[in-house]
Formats: sequence, structure tokens, C-alpha cells
Amino acid sequence: MKTIPLAIIGAGPAGMAAARTAARHGLRPVVFDEQPAPGGQIYRALESTPLRDPELLGQDYWHGRSLIEALRREPVDYRPGHMVWQLTRAGEIGVLAGDTAALIRAERVVLATGAQERPFPVPGWTLPGVMGAGAAQVLLKTSGVVARAPMILAGSGPLLYLVAVQYLRAGASVAAILETTPQENRRLALAHIGGAIRGWRYLRKGAGLLRELKRAGVRHERHVVALRAEGEEALTGVGWRTAERPDDWQHCEATTLLLHHGVVPNVQMTRALGGEHDWSEQQLCWRPRRDAFGRSDIENFFIAGDGGGIGGARAAQLQGELAALAALESLGHIDGPTLAREAAPVRRKLDAELVVRPFLDALYRPGDSWRRPDDEVVVCRCEEISAGEIRRVARLGCAGPNQMKSFTRCGMGPCQGRLCGLTVSEILAAENGQSLEQTGYYRLRPPFKPITLGQLASAAGDAPGAPAWNETETAS
Amino acid sequence: MERDRDRFVKPTALVIGGGLHGASAATQLARSGFRVTVVEKNYAGRHASGVNAGGVRRLGRHPAEIPLAVAALERWQRLEALIGDDGGFHPCGQIKVAENDENMARLVSRAAEVRELGFDHEITLSRDELRRRVPAVAPHCVGALACDGDGAANPYRTLTAWRRQSQREGAIWREGVRVTRVDRAPGGGWRLSTDHPDLPGLDADWLINCAGGWAGELCGALDECVAMQAQALMLTITERVTPFLGPVIGSASRALSFKQMDNGSVMIGGGIAGCIDTGGERADVRLAGLAENVQTALGLFPFMRDVRVVRTWAGIEGVTGDGIPVLGLSWRHPRLIHSFGYSAHGFQLSAITGEIVRDLALEREPALPIAPFDIRRFDSSSAAARASHTH
Ligand SMILES: Cc1cc2nc3c(=O)[nH]c(=O)nc-3n(C[C@H](O)[C@H](O)[C@H](O)COP(=O)(O)OP(=O)(O)OC[C@H]3O[C@@H](n4cnc5c(N)ncnc54)[C@H](O)[C@@H]3O)c2cc1C
Ligand SMILES: Cc1cc2nc3c(=O)[nH]c(=O)nc-3n(C[C@H](O)[C@H](O)[C@H](O)COP(=O)(O)OP(=O)(O)OC[C@H]3O[C@@H](n4cnc5c(N)ncnc54)[C@H](O)[C@@H]3O)c2cc1C
Repeated sequence: MKTIPLAIIGAGPAGMAAARTAARHGLRPVVFDEQPAPGGQIYRALESTPLRDPELLGQDYWHGRSLIEALRREPVDYRPGHMVWQLTRAGEIGVLAGDTAALIRAERVVLATGAQERPFPVPGWTLPGVMGAGAAQVLLKTSGVVARAPMILAGSGPLLYLVAVQYLRAGASVAAILETTPQENRRLALAHIGGAIRGWRYLRKGAGLLRELKRAGVRHERHVVALRAEGEEALTGVGWRTAERPDDWQHCEATTLLLHHGVVPNVQMTRALGGEHDWSEQQLCWRPRRDAFGRSDIENFFIAGDGGGIGGARAAQLQGELAALAALESLGHIDGPTLAREAAPVRRKLDAELVVRPFLDALYRPGDSWRRPDDEVVVCRCEEISAGEIRRVARLGCAGPNQMKSFTRCGMGPCQGRLCGLTVSEILAAENGQSLEQTGYYRLRPPFKPITLGQLASAAGDAPGAPAWNETETAS
Repeated sequence: MERDRDRFVKPTALVIGGGLHGASAATQLARSGFRVTVVEKNYAGRHASGVNAGGVRRLGRHPAEIPLAVAALERWQRLEALIGDDGGFHPCGQIKVAENDENMARLVSRAAEVRELGFDHEITLSRDELRRRVPAVAPHCVGALACDGDGAANPYRTLTAWRRQSQREGAIWREGVRVTRVDRAPGGGWRLSTDHPDLPGLDADWLINCAGGWAGELCGALDECVAMQAQALMLTITERVTPFLGPVIGSASRALSFKQMDNGSVMIGGGIAGCIDTGGERADVRLAGLAENVQTALGLFPFMRDVRVVRTWAGIEGVTGDGIPVLGLSWRHPRLIHSFGYSAHGFQLSAITGEIVRDLALEREPALPIAPFDIRRFDSSSAAARASHTH
């Protein structure tokens, strides 16, 4: 098995910035990303999107250009289309490219795998036609194609408005926005108004998006307290109730429903590696432990970007620089004083970038009933386990999600618990009167994403000494 | 008052390890009048016992284990009556496949060897008979060795059933408690220290070492000589596929265990070693080993190439130098019984080992031969030790 000094997993803002920093210090990192092109979530398909009009996807999108250009220009071994399906604490990385799995070892690893959308279980969310707003945005950025039929967006958070606006500008017909942000959030967020004022750029952007939706005449329902996706074989409509009319189900026909309750760190890898995770009451998610430089509590592993806690694209970029510096220092490639000197201005910018977060987190915090749905709602889509079943098993004495797996197979399907993990932990904690920390989360097992037996078997030659790593196939 | 009297009359036993062998021993000891406490540092079934492949197999056993495995199967067949749940046991049979004539010759002589020992559970299958029973197997396979009545069960469910039964018999379980120190108590029994603030010390007349992958450490603390290693054994599980396989499949020449579960998922294992974290509590899969294991499986079932892997994992197991367990009395200390080192095939045996531990604690001759599992086989001065004991 070949050993490399530095692997970076993820080519979003965090991973690209980390690669650029390492390359500028004369160390050539290998960057793995499963996507065919660099950019991560926010700058996805920037080089190839058919939506070339800069107004359409917005200035924040096109900001990614310089990072992508650096990735292409600097001495970086960038490997698109390489999915990391396994990692060990010894730095063994299993990558899958096409139908070939290979193994490689890295002395240091920067995890920059980003965020995922928070699970948003409502009645009918498994119907075809219902999907995450973020997933829909991926389709928009890569293909530029929008369906003619009316769509509804439901949920909360800045990305919900952004996706709505991006779809509108691309010519979609948005029938309604159903906003689930609880009424009291506004008041609770005021406590953090100081940070919000200093982070005015975000607020201005948010207000601009809202104005644009209003100008376009999009129906905007606020204080939605219940939501259901309707239809037999596929989505035909959406029903909801609001705080102002709590007894009336209102309806609207639609064939697409985009759901969004914010994003949470993608913890598949840090969990599989057995790192410590803390529950963030502010962001209602697990955060892998990392220090101010992104050093994790797993030796030789560093975490940059939204995978360590939600800070947004600009923060991710700065964290990528810091993590690369820390990795270079731990490799002995730069010394301590250099690390301190170069990190100081980056950390100042990062602090300024993060100052708005407490306000945003409080403003868009999803209410309890959305995170711990009613008994009849399916929570684990793979094994079809309902919230009621989880509560029933909790009453039988099941204290944690891992025992829940043994009892019900909940979380053991191909999605690896990505779509149910948070919900299961939150329901169990509430049911057992425990903290989230006491309740814990799934012990994650590789593969992080499905790989076929044939692909896995193709790594069989990669025992020490075998030609596992093709030097000549460098992509950049 | 009642309690004090109880304490006076009933001997006490402390079982270290809440896996299957601990649960089995606890059940039988409690039933025979011991006051039993099981101490488990994590939770019941956290390690090998909760995460194994669930193979219930007599097929291919070491000759020394055959009598125990045969007796254990008899218990599996009436598990529900014994412990209130059948553990999901399906007697779907186990088959070891020969991929060439040389393999087949070895299986034929193995069957003869087993018959010579007085058992008739292993039978050879012709190529046609193999194909009839396992239509999906690759065409190059020439025959097999089969054991009807063997099969598979659900490990966590089985462990839970044994734990519940032991509790019904009166055993007390202390999970999340680690035994950190073992001392001889002045009166001839044992005094244990734990890491739990509420349980600083535990006393018992008898100590039962069922500590699985950690049993070697415990032996070290007790000055017992043993060649045992904790190993991480790996398994791979696939998405659901249309039912195509009844029996559990092994290979005559390669490490493999391959079976389709009730829900359609296929489980691939074979005692392939992964890695154990330095802390000793976490098992990691080793990619190269997994890949080889899967390659072996695809050799027998090539049509599975495009089936997706859903999960892989590794569990920690105690593996001895000679691959058979340690089961018997200590010769260094009175009132210490060992039951560990099941070396990747202790799931099936757990149905009988508790009875053996019970017999030993009652100071009577076990009904089954356990001399080959004597811990003295690892002691360099064992000849001397044995000589002094036979007086
Ligand atoms: C669906 C979605 C859409 C979003 N859209 C926007 C937006 O439009 N505007 C905005 O400001 N913020 C958006 N965000 C928020 C986003 O998290 C941050 O803005 C920013 O992209 C975070 O940067 P990052 O580098 O930490 O992670 P990301 O940009 O998410 O980059 C992570 C990269 O890691 C790769 N990766 C992950 N797992 C593996 C693996 N196993 N193997 C190989 N590669 C892997 C991914 O392919 C991805 O390219 C979105 C988030 C999500 C989840
Ligand atoms: C992946 C895998 C697949 C397998 N497949 C099969 C199969 O198909 N068929 C088969 O027959 N066998 C199989 N086995 C083997 C079988 O699972 C084991 O032999 C059996 O479960 C061992 O049980 P045990 O009670 O000895 O150990 P364990 O289940 O490991 O229990 C020992 C317990 O002791 C506890 N402990 C240790 N030290 C202390 C301490 N100081 N204080 C408190 N508690 C302590 C541990 O936490 C542990 O829970 C497999 C094993 C693995 C790992």
C-alpha cells in the first residue's frame, strides 16, 4: 500500500483552501472528491453549469471561481470521481473510482466532507416528488433543468429562500413557501442581535431574497405548525396548518415538494473513526471535537468546514487554511512559529465570519415537533421504522441508538443512518428523559456509501506490496 | 435478615463478562443455587456475542470440540423450552464446498475421521447433490461436506434470551462496570475491585472468567499462563437480494462463511482478522482482508458481483494459540473457573458451556470430556503441574 503525506477528503471550499495552502508551502496533497468536478455543495458544477448568467445563481456562487482555479493551477493531485468509502484510524483510506477500489495510506488526513441536510420527517416524506431542497439545488446547478409543474418549498432557513429564488430565476413556478420557523424564534434571536449587526452581510442577503420572492408574488405562509405530503403513488399535493388557523388543513396542489430544515455536519467519517462528538444545543446537531486549528481528537486527523459545525462557505474556506497549516506543522513541514504567524490573520477573519451564527441558529431553529415527529411518521426510510415503533422500543428499555439497531434494524439500511440518525437520537433522549450525550448516536460502519461486492473485491490485490496506486493517472 | 441468611447458605459466584458464555454460566449457576452477579464493562453482548455471524455449526469442528458441539446442538433444538426464546435458530444446514478434486479428497477423509470418532453428522455430497441443494453455486465446485441440522441463529436475540433467563433464575447483571483488580480474599474466596463508584468492591466464593477478548489480561493478573490474543474478526453484509440460498456455506480450502438471512441480506465472514485499536475496545475493519474475503465469496457465487455492500464491521474475540477454548478449573487458584478463548466459533458452544461451568463449581465431574481445554496446556511447567495434581 502506498503512503502519502497528506490526503484531503472533499473539494468544497474547505478542502480546496486546504489544498491550496499545502501546495503553496511546497507539499503536494492528494484531494479525493466523489463529485466529477470541484466546488463542494455551494460551488457545485461552477466550471460547467449551463446557467452562466451570473445573476441567476448569485455572486456568492461565483466567488468560488478563484479557489477552483487555484486547485487546477497549483501542484495538487486532485482526484475527482473518487469516493472514500472507508477510513481507519491508522490512515488507511479506501477509495472507489469507477469500478475499482483501491487502498492508500496517508500520514495526515484533512476531513472536509461538509454538511448534509437535516432529516425532515413529515407524513408522506417518502413519496416520489418529495425531496430535500439542497438535493433539488444540486439538480439545478448541474443540469439547469426545471420542471414546469408547480413546486412547493417548506421549512426554514436561508437556504430555503435561496433555492426558491434560484428556481424562480431559472423559470420554475413556485406555488408557495410554507415557513415552519416557530413564532417565538424572532424574539429568541434578538438576544444575539449584536452578532447579527456585525454580520450584516448575511442579513442583507437574506432580506434581498425575501424581497425578491415577494416581488415575484410567491405565496408565503408563515408559522406553519403541521405539514403533510399527499398522494398515493407520488406527490399530488401538500397540506398544512398554521398557528393562526390551527384547526384548518389548507391544501395546495403540487408535484414537487422541497423540504429543508437547515444543514448539519456530515459525521459519517468522524463517527466511524470513533472520535468524540458533542451535542450542540445551539445548532441541534452533533459536532466532532476539534480545536481552533481543526485538530480532531483522533491522532493525525483534522477537520475543516461544515463537517465540524455549520459556519458557511466563507468560514469553511478559512478553516481549510487553518487545518492545512496545522497538518503541515504536525508533519514537521513548517515550524510552530510559522504556524502561529500564518494562522493569526486567518483566525481573526474566521471569528468575524462566525459572529452572525448564534443569531441565525436561533432564528431558524426548527421547533421540537418537527424534529420529533408524531408516532405514525416513518423515521427510518430504509427499514420502514416509524416514530411510534421507536418510542415503543424505548419503553421496553432501549437506551441508545445502537441497541435500537439490534432491536429493530433501524438505521441499518443503505443510507447508513444518514436520514434517521438525528431523529432517532432525539426521540430516544426525549422518551428516556436523558441528554443527547447520554443517548449517543449510531456507531457507524463502513462503507460510508454503498459499494458493490465486485468493487470491494477489486481491492484484494492491495495487500502490502501490490500495485494499488496508479501513479500515472493523476488527474490535475 | 433474610438476606444475611441467604448469604450464609448460598455460595456466591461472580462472572466476569456479559457475553454468551458468561450468560450461559450465570443461568446454570443461578439455577443450581448460586447467588450470581455478572459484571460487564460495556453492555451485554457489546462484543463478540452480539455481533457474530450466528453460525450454529458442528461441521468441521476440532475433534476435541465435537462432543460438546453435538451436545450443544441438542440444546439449540429445544432452546425455547430452555430459555424462553429460540434465538431465531433455523436448522438450515451447513455445507463446506470443494472447489477441486484435492479439496474433495480432504473432505472425504475428514468425514471418515469423524465417523471413526463415533459420530455420523458429517456427510459428503456429490457434485449433483451439491447443485441440487445450492443451485446458485459456481459450476466448478465438485462436491461438498454437509451437516444437516446445523444452521444459524440471531446472535443478539440469543444473548438477550440467555441474559433474561439468567435473570429469571436470580442472577444480577451489572453493566457498565469494569473489574479492575482481582485479589484473593482472606476467607478463601475472591475480592474484586471495579471502576464503578457505587461498587468499589465485590466479594464472591467463586470467580468465573468469561472475559472473551480480555480473558488473557485477567489471566495475567492471576498469574495464569495462557497463549491468547484478542482479535478483531470481520463481517460484510449486503443489501437484500431475492432468496437464493438455504444453508450456510463454507469452503474446504479458504476462510469463508456465507449465508443469506431471513430478510434477504447476505452475510460474508470467515474469521478474517481486522485491527484492534490501541485502547483495546474498538475493532476496525482491515480493508485488504475484507476485499480478499469478498473475493473468495464471489469465487463461489459470481452472480453477486453487483450486489451492494451495506455494512462491514468487526467484533473482538479471544483467540487461543491452538484455536480451541480454555474451559476448566484453574490449577493455580481454588474456586476459579475459566471459560474463554472460543476462537471464532463459540456461538454454537455457548448452549452447553454453562452446564460445564456449573458442574465444575459444584465440584462434580462434567458430563462431557474437557481435558483438551485445560489451561495447563499453555504452561511450560505443565507436565510438573499435572503430575503434582494427579496425586
Ligand atoms: C445540499 C446542500 C446545499 C447547499 N447549498 C448551499 C448554497 O447554495 N449556498 C451556501 O452558502 N451554502 C450552501 N450549503 C451549505 C454548505 O455546507 C456550505 O456553504 C459549504 O459548501 C461548506 O463547505 P465545505 O467545504 O465544508 O463542504 P462542501 O462544500 O459540502 O464540500 C464537501 C465535499 O466533500 C465531498 N465528499 C463528501 N463525502 C465524500 C466521500 N465519502 N468521498 C469523497 N468525497 C466526499 C463532497 O462531494 C463535497 O464536494 C449547502 C449545503 C448542503 C448540504
Ligand atoms: C465477527 C464474528 C463472527 C463470528 N461468527 C461466529 C459464528 O458464525 N459461529 C460461532 O460459533 N461463533 C462465531 N463467532 C465467535 C463467537 O461470537 C464467540 O466465540 C463468542 O461470542 C464468545 O463469547 P464470550 O462470552 O466468550 O465473549 P464476549 O461476547 O466477547 O464477552 C466477553 C465480555 O466480557 C467483558 N469483559 C471483559 N473484561 C472485563 C472486565 N475486566 N470487567 C467487566 N467486563 C469485562 C467484555 O466487555 C465482553 O462483553 C464470531 C465472532 C465474531 C467476532
